[in-house]
Amino acid sequence: MIPRSLLIGVAILLLLVVAMGVYLRQMRRRAGELDSPAAALLPVAPPPSGPTETVTLYVADDAAGTLRARAAQIPLPGGRQQRAEELLRALLRIYQQPGSPHPLPPASDIRSIFLVDPGAAVIDLNAPFADQHRSGILSEQLTVNSLVETLAVNVPGIQRVNILVEGKTRETLAGHADLTQTFDVPTLEQAANQQ
Amino acid sequence: MAALIATVMFFSAAHSVEEKYLSVYSPVATYTLPVLERSGHEYVGLLELLEPLGRVSSESNGHLLKLSYNAIDAEFVAGKTRGRIHGRDFEFSSPFIIENSRGFVPVGSLSALLSRFVGAQVNFRESARRLFIGDIGIQPSFHLDAGDPPKLVISFSAPVNPTIATAPGELRMLFKRDPVVSPGSQSISFDDKIITRATYSENNGVAEFAIATSQPLMASFSGDRKTITLSATQQPTTSNGTPSGVSNGSPPPNPPAAAASVTAAAVPGNPVSAPRRPLAVVDPAHGGDERGAALSDSLAEKDVTLGFARLLRHELETRGFAVALTRDSDTGLTLDQRAAAANGDHAAIYISLHADSLGTGARVYTSLLPVEGGAKGEFRAWNSAQAPALEISRAVSAAIGGELQKNAFPVRTASASLRPLNNVFVPAVAVELAPGPGGVADLTSANYQQRAAAAIADGVVSVRDRLGVQP
Repeated sequence: MIPRSLLIGVAILLLLVVAMGVYLRQMRRRAGELDSPAAALLPVAPPPSGPTETVTLYVADDAAGTLRARAAQIPLPGGRQQRAEELLRALLRIYQQPGSPHPLPPASDIRSIFLVDPGAAVIDLNAPFADQHRSGILSEQLTVNSLVETLAVNVPGIQRVNILVEGKTRETLAGHADLTQTFDVPTLEQAANQQ
Repeated sequence: MAALIATVMFFSAAHSVEEKYLSVYSPVATYTLPVLERSGHEYVGLLELLEPLGRVSSESNGHLLKLSYNAIDAEFVAGKTRGRIHGRDFEFSSPFIIENSRGFVPVGSLSALLSRFVGAQVNFRESARRLFIGDIGIQPSFHLDAGDPPKLVISFSAPVNPTIATAPGELRMLFKRDPVVSPGSQSISFDDKIITRATYSENNGVAEFAIATSQPLMASFSGDRKTITLSATQQPTTSNGTPSGVSNGSPPPNPPAAAASVTAAAVPGNPVSAPRRPLAVVDPAHGGDERGAALSDSLAEKDVTLGFARLLRHELETRGFAVALTRDSDTGLTLDQRAAAANGDHAAIYISLHADSLGTGARVYTSLLPVEGGAKGEFRAWNSAQAPALEISRAVSAAIGGELQKNAFPVRTASASLRPLNNVFVPAVAVELAPGPGGVADLTSANYQQRAAAAIADGVVSVRDRLGVQP
């Protein structure tokens, strides 16, 4: 005859094993969701809210081969660096919409922007931005011009811009546009005006 | 251990596999094609073979290739040894191949094939893979002037431009683009203690003279590059007057052990007086593992730029330019190597060729110079080497754009941050060919490329005085 206390103890242990199994399964599912590509596409931080400002975005148009100035109302945070990042993210959202005049990969993002010196800015792109960018002189140059001019027009004082990818210097954006050089804003604007 | 040795031997063998080339010499163009091996037979690209010789258009559905060369129509079926040229059957030595819509013909059939297309005498030295169209072989003759020091004078029936290399005990002259043929005998001996023998050989599309010598030789050119004079140089002496590294009774010294290679144009003391043809360096962008833009599912930018470059070479050569391609096969080059090709040869013009499926027509770019740089004494920053030539580059860009427009190409001229334009100190432009009304298929159309190449060449010629070139 098995003692009653032993039976109760075994039953409790079995219940605990089942409960732990259910909990483990839930944890695994949650971890899988976090690792999925869909999760990676989510913005790291929520878009800023609050009062909006009118800015000028220089939007590339592949068909025309030029930039078009477009006024936009976007919420901007207070800090100068955060403003610059949100500005370019607003530009990217245009490029990532269906029917964009200059499509960019959905996973493209601005990792950060450093305003390191009076007049100098460093734009750090994420890897998908460059890895999945369309290859070609026109397309790549329009992307560079669009980023640099949008930044320079809306963040006063920026005269020189460098572009990094994942924090490192990269030879070209997608096989053509030279990212090893420093872009001189007046030179770029002058070249864009001549086109 | 045995596995390690086997692995090392395998990689050594793999590394030593030589890429095969075929050289074609004709009155209108001289060019080199890569040779592919398929099922134990050697093949070359049919379009690449014919494009430099005349106007070619073609279409392929992956099984059948229809081709028109000047007024001659031809049809070839993949996997078949029989095709039709100008309404008559033609028999290949092994089956015709189509890969990625490109036709390949067996090397063994080239002589008969080209005779049917070009209607001229074709002499194919198959073992050396050197193909002569017409009577254009350059004959050499040798004369030894047994003075002190002795001189070997080699006269050619036409100007030559060999690459000269020195190795212990010999000087080698490699003729990659000159249709030099054997002097009659494979080996010529000289009655001299220093210059003893000249040996002729040809292999893998290249002819070579090896001059056996016991002292270093200096090469100089004269007679409009029809004469090469090899003179023994004085041995450097030690403080006691004995030739360095030599003791009495020892064998004569060899030239420096480290092999050195120079192009003929760079040989010191070159007394060329006749005007040379201006050099255009044409750079087909990308190549090798770097495919460039994906123009369609199966078409890579690197393939379009190479075919386009060969056509442009032909157009520039017919307008009086000497043309060097930075690559003439599917090989990769760094951006610095491409810039060095233009800078090293002091080219009159550097033209980088690109292709893109975006937009229409063509786009002509000049350098968008970066902030940094500027001259530091006699040195100029690598990233802004283009600065002094930028004004002329813009004039070339405008001229090319104008000619393209005349030929119904929608054109844009612009500045781009595009290497290696920034690193080239001679006038430099980049041309990006985009589709025409026929869509992306235009990018592989020989007719479309031909029109663009002719317009670019006309544009360059129209500003040749600004390039420092005599009209």
